[in-house]
Amino acid sequence: MSLRAPLRQVLSHGSARDGVSHWWVQRVTAVALAPLSVWLVLAMLGLPAADHAAVSAWIASGLHPVLLALTVALAAWHGWLGLSIVIEDYLPQNGPRIVLLLLSTFLNALLAASGIYAVLRIALRGAS
Amino acid sequence: MAERPLSPHVTVYKWAYTMTLSILHRISGIALFAALVVMVIWLMAAAGGAHTYAAAMDVLASLPFKCLIAIALLALCYHFCNGLRHLAWDLGFGFERMQARRSAVLVVVVTLLAAVALIYALFRVAVGRA
Repeated sequence: MSLRAPLRQVLSHGSARDGVSHWWVQRVTAVALAPLSVWLVLAMLGLPAADHAAVSAWIASGLHPVLLALTVALAAWHGWLGLSIVIEDYLPQNGPRIVLLLLSTFLNALLAASGIYAVLRIALRGAS
Repeated sequence: MAERPLSPHVTVYKWAYTMTLSILHRISGIALFAALVVMVIWLMAAAGGAHTYAAAMDVLASLPFKCLIAIALLALCYHFCNGLRHLAWDLGFGFERMQARRSAVLVVVVTLLAAVALIYALFRVAVGRA
């Protein structure tokens, strides 16, 4: 490891050298989300959505909390990667780009945390 | 910034419908991010108890909002189908121009069929419980 910062990094030009992992994680989350999203949409369309007790029971039953938490977390991760690319592609380097990138990062982290918290709260209510 | 030579950008190419599918993948992805926000709000409302949930559902189950959910379902069908097309490309399949155009047509047809079925289910549920 060199302690010298290359000029291209100081000037924000050139590769950050982590493009492959970004690309790969986007594909891995996509592959995982494909079956999860089909399951979620079909299940939710079949739910009696107005009935809070029935909805809570469905969220808490069997492996549903695990799958729901996974779906929300993976969707937030996939969305974070995707939104980052869109923001970086269309916004010039100087300006609102860094603000939107930070906003997208924080918002997606918040979505993942809130979704997992909500699912756990519903799932563990019966156990306590 | 603009003084250095830049590579040719999208405007120099003759339009092909595959380009529209490409940009729609990004647009539908952004729409699905909005859908994720709603999904998490729905889960938080359910976690908040029957009272909070009923208040949230007053908005989420209203007709205008159902129309937004219908758009989200359309976006999901499209992003799903075109995403599979992208994954096939990543595996090295379907790169030829004719193949890419044929898979584009397939994506649009399957998206519309799936979206019509899901949106029908969405509104059938709404009418049945109204």
